[in-house]
Amino acid sequence: MKELNQMTLVFDARSVNEGFARVTAAAFLSQLDPTLQEIAEIKTIVSEAVTNCIVHGYGDKPGTVRLKVQIFEGRRIRITVRDRGKGIADIPQAMTPCFTTGNEDRAGMGFSIMQGFSDRIRVRSCPERGTTVVMDKYIGGRDERKVH
Amino acid sequence: MITYETKERLLTVEIAGEIDHHTAAGLRAEIDEVIKKYSPLCLTLDFSQVNFCDSSGIALVLGRYRLMKSLGGDVELTGLAENVSHIFEMADLKKIVTIR
Repeated sequence: MKELNQMTLVFDARSVNEGFARVTAAAFLSQLDPTLQEIAEIKTIVSEAVTNCIVHGYGDKPGTVRLKVQIFEGRRIRITVRDRGKGIADIPQAMTPCFTTGNEDRAGMGFSIMQGFSDRIRVRSCPERGTTVVMDKYIGGRDERKVH
Repeated sequence: MITYETKERLLTVEIAGEIDHHTAAGLRAEIDEVIKKYSPLCLTLDFSQVNFCDSSGIALVLGRYRLMKSLGGDVELTGLAENVSHIFEMADLKKIVTIR
């Protein structure tokens, strides 16, 4: 796939930055003229991935989150969210709906939603070294003629 | 931010703004304070003024459902945008709360 454009954002793992990250990703991808539903899905998967970094990757410890958004030929996008936190010991368990190591504020549905709103998701994690989530998605946009 | 109204023992709470991990704890505290104040038989959570919601919204509903059940009451959801509705469907919330 030929990359046409990309952006990378690095920010502190603070919950106040969750909104900043998702809005920035959506603003960058506005060049594809996505539908409102697609914008909502992009914002949601970015929010879930970034929240995982903050809540599960770092816990209460300071750290940084790296968000990369790429646009490829054929209106395909890739969103990569990486932390250098404690990692995930059991990825299949972490991706099981309703599984959470968080408190009652967490539903354990983050990965399910990321899977549901993206076309493909890959998770790489190494204990004590961090986690990388890569999500691919096709953006049809408001004018489907742009697909061709 | 929330606003609310009560009629007899029905409590309607309108949530406005964004529901994510950053805002959820404050919303939970505000809603629970009102629930405990009025002990309603039915809590309606109105999402019509919510412009973003991720899985933190699911946990918000589940927690309020548990609290209302402990008080012998029920929970209804209303005003769900398409995206929010889709997220709640993934969590099968309709099995435990009424969605209007």
